[in-house]
Amino acid sequence: MKKIGLALLAPVVALVFAIGVAALALLAVGVNPGEAFKLMWDFGTTTTSIASIVNRSIPLYISAVAVAIGFQMKMFNIGVEGQYLVAALFAGWVGGSIAVWAPLHILIVIIVAVLVGALWAGIAGVLKVTRGVNEVVATIMLNFIGFSVVGYFLGNFFAVDSGALNQSTPLLPESGQIPGLNWIFTSLGFTEPRGTELQGFLIVAIIIGIAYYVLVWKTRFGFDLRASGANPGAAKMSGVNPKKMILYTMLLSGGVAGMVGLSTMFGKLHAYTQDFPRGLGFAGIAVALLGRNGAIGMALGALLFGFMERSALILDLNNIPKEVVQIIQGVVVLAVVIAYEVVDRWIKARELKAANAATQAFRSDGEEVAA
Amino acid sequence: MADSDRAIELIDITKTYPGVLANDGVDLSVGLGDIHAIVGENGAGKSTLMNILYGMQSPDSGIIKVRGDEVSFGSPKDAIALGIGMVHQHFMLADNLTVLENIVLGDEPTKGLQLDFSFARDKITELSEQYGMPLDPDAMVEFLTIGERQRVEIMKVLYRGATILILDEPTAVLVPQEVDDLFNSLKELQAEGVTIIFISHKLDEVLSVSDAITVMRAGKTVATAVPSEITSHELAELMVGSELPTPETGESTVTDIVELAVSGLSNYHSDGRIAVDNVSFEIHQGEIVGIAGVDGNGQTELVDTIMGVRHAASGKVMLSGVDISGDDTKDRRTDGIGIIPGDRHRQGLLLDSSLWENAMLGHQTTAPFEKHGFVDKKGAKKRTGEIVERFDVRTPSVDVSAAALSGGNQQKLIVGKEMMAGPKVLIASHPTRGIDVGAQAAIWKELRDARAEGLAVLLISADLEELIGLSDTLLVMFDGAIAAELDPANVTPKTLGSHMTGVEVEEAS
Repeated sequence: MKKIGLALLAPVVALVFAIGVAALALLAVGVNPGEAFKLMWDFGTTTTSIASIVNRSIPLYISAVAVAIGFQMKMFNIGVEGQYLVAALFAGWVGGSIAVWAPLHILIVIIVAVLVGALWAGIAGVLKVTRGVNEVVATIMLNFIGFSVVGYFLGNFFAVDSGALNQSTPLLPESGQIPGLNWIFTSLGFTEPRGTELQGFLIVAIIIGIAYYVLVWKTRFGFDLRASGANPGAAKMSGVNPKKMILYTMLLSGGVAGMVGLSTMFGKLHAYTQDFPRGLGFAGIAVALLGRNGAIGMALGALLFGFMERSALILDLNNIPKEVVQIIQGVVVLAVVIAYEVVDRWIKARELKAANAATQAFRSDGEEVAA
Repeated sequence: MADSDRAIELIDITKTYPGVLANDGVDLSVGLGDIHAIVGENGAGKSTLMNILYGMQSPDSGIIKVRGDEVSFGSPKDAIALGIGMVHQHFMLADNLTVLENIVLGDEPTKGLQLDFSFARDKITELSEQYGMPLDPDAMVEFLTIGERQRVEIMKVLYRGATILILDEPTAVLVPQEVDDLFNSLKELQAEGVTIIFISHKLDEVLSVSDAITVMRAGKTVATAVPSEITSHELAELMVGSELPTPETGESTVTDIVELAVSGLSNYHSDGRIAVDNVSFEIHQGEIVGIAGVDGNGQTELVDTIMGVRHAASGKVMLSGVDISGDDTKDRRTDGIGIIPGDRHRQGLLLDSSLWENAMLGHQTTAPFEKHGFVDKKGAKKRTGEIVERFDVRTPSVDVSAAALSGGNQQKLIVGKEMMAGPKVLIASHPTRGIDVGAQAAIWKELRDARAEGLAVLLISADLEELIGLSDTLLVMFDGAIAAELDPANVTPKTLGSHMTGVEVEEAS
């Protein structure tokens, strides 16, 4: 119980702090913060908004998991952005070009996305292992290359109509679409969201989250991964092959990154289009930081980001600058990082005290024996 | 300023760290314009003494006099102000800057708001002519040889006006030709009136270049000598001490079954110097083979190579008659090689992780830590509890992070987890370094008991009591090679010291 309290302390402090900063920002532009927050809350808690918030948070969460896998061994995969766009393009093209039994169709699209994402990230992994190229530099560069690759392949090979304003891969047939989950709301007695469909890919996102948790904290591979991040020298001496570990981590991170765009593809656009959502890879970094690489923490972080993006819409309608939301997002990430550091140090100091007490007890025991 | 022909006088300096008496009433007197060598084994207190002299640490008691005046240093800045400069063993240069930029770094000459490089350039040119140390101020440091880098380090100190130079093991990283160049430079510096204090293990070098030699052992200054009046063998004996501990007269448990056999093992440092030089030895079941030697003579690299963490350029490692030279570290560990790393923070622990995760490290592929690819948390915690119990690790629980434990308790955890895994071969690198006497005795007893049960142990240590007390066979490493094989029962300080410092040994008469 006490442990959970400690775990919640840091994010709550950070959130309160961020809201405080946002209130100051609102006051500075002459808006009553209480009113603005009430507008956001009322609008953000309608069922339509909730479906929209969850839909927004799905790709953010998957992106955060991809980043977090790298973070576990102190590697920074900043290339999730490029990885998911390239993956979504190829997955969309393959998915739109075939028509098979629905579950198989969906599985094929997912597998293509995972493989392409893994391959794209794997380039950075191979470069790091063989030539010592820093993965931050390699993945940033691969982002730019990825954007060009996507544009080239879409415009020249994959677009149904290469003259269209918004070029697009062929539409996924019915068998390649995942039905929505709005029935959850109605079966629970809530009003059905209007104009928004809760995306079925949510289930895959939850599976990814559980798999991530089990892999990192329950398996030997996860132990090796965390040990390599914590102390490469000790991990090496313990029998972990650092090069293999780097490569596996990049492949895994890229594979997960490949699925970032799929919720939108299966549930909304049904194709890779020129206006496919961008920036999810970078937002995922912030969510991973916010959730401290934890499976649950990142889910909460993704939902928080989803809520803020959604509720920003209502601010706009009321002539309140919606940039306030971006301020909160930025401040909350910074505040969480700092708050966790402070709480961590506090916990460490307590441990040290307890260990010292244990040693002290030993000393006085010894004296008694001597006397 | 008081008149004095002494550049430095240290009188009765004492410095303790928790549990360690690093300097115990040390006296040192360095004449103005002398080259004064300080020799001693690892842990003899040389570095502490130099840190005190350079203002990095303050002594608990004692007097420091510079050119006859009593002083006290708050920080190296105070020492620099009095013309004392230090050249560290590991260079602190920025590779991507030029020689000139490196020299002025931290002490940049300015003209208004601009850096005045021409002033610095003139000064450096002047200094390098004055002291006969050729340097190109515009060369990039990354392209310099080790010897040239060292010259930059020395110039950095001279540029700040130092007239008393402290050099910490300056020859350790140099090839012979560079050593000659360095000594020529030192002679030039001396001719210009600079006082030089230099620390070394290499006695022949010390004798050839210095005007006076101070020997340290176990935190004390045991002798001061003039090179013309002492031989390298006498120096070696002073360093090691006149009385060696007697070996434990336990019955020999050495069998004739070879457990670990190393033959012709060699490899190189990244800069091409040899690290491990054609090393061969065998360890039998029930035998402890000790390796003596001054740190940095290839012991770490030898251990890393046996563990497969470092690649062998040539040579073979056989475990129980099977060639494991091509195996990776994981296989070597599961095949039964246990390791107590010499540097527990760098190679032994995950400081921020719990004790049970640390106990798992190195055994994550075997029961009770692992089950079908998954971490067996219950089994791991139970085993860790047993380790804590049997090896007397003082901790509130197995869930606290390793960082919360004292060094001695961390070490007991490492020793415990390796011993309880039941290895065939145990490589114990400084197994009792920096831990209290009680824990030390406990670890020694565990090692002896395991040996009696047939464990083969490779023991690397700087503690002669440990080495001679435990080893059945004693090897000495120098410059990456096995310099000698000695019988711990009959070894004399003179032969041990000579082999450790690379002094030519006379044929036993």
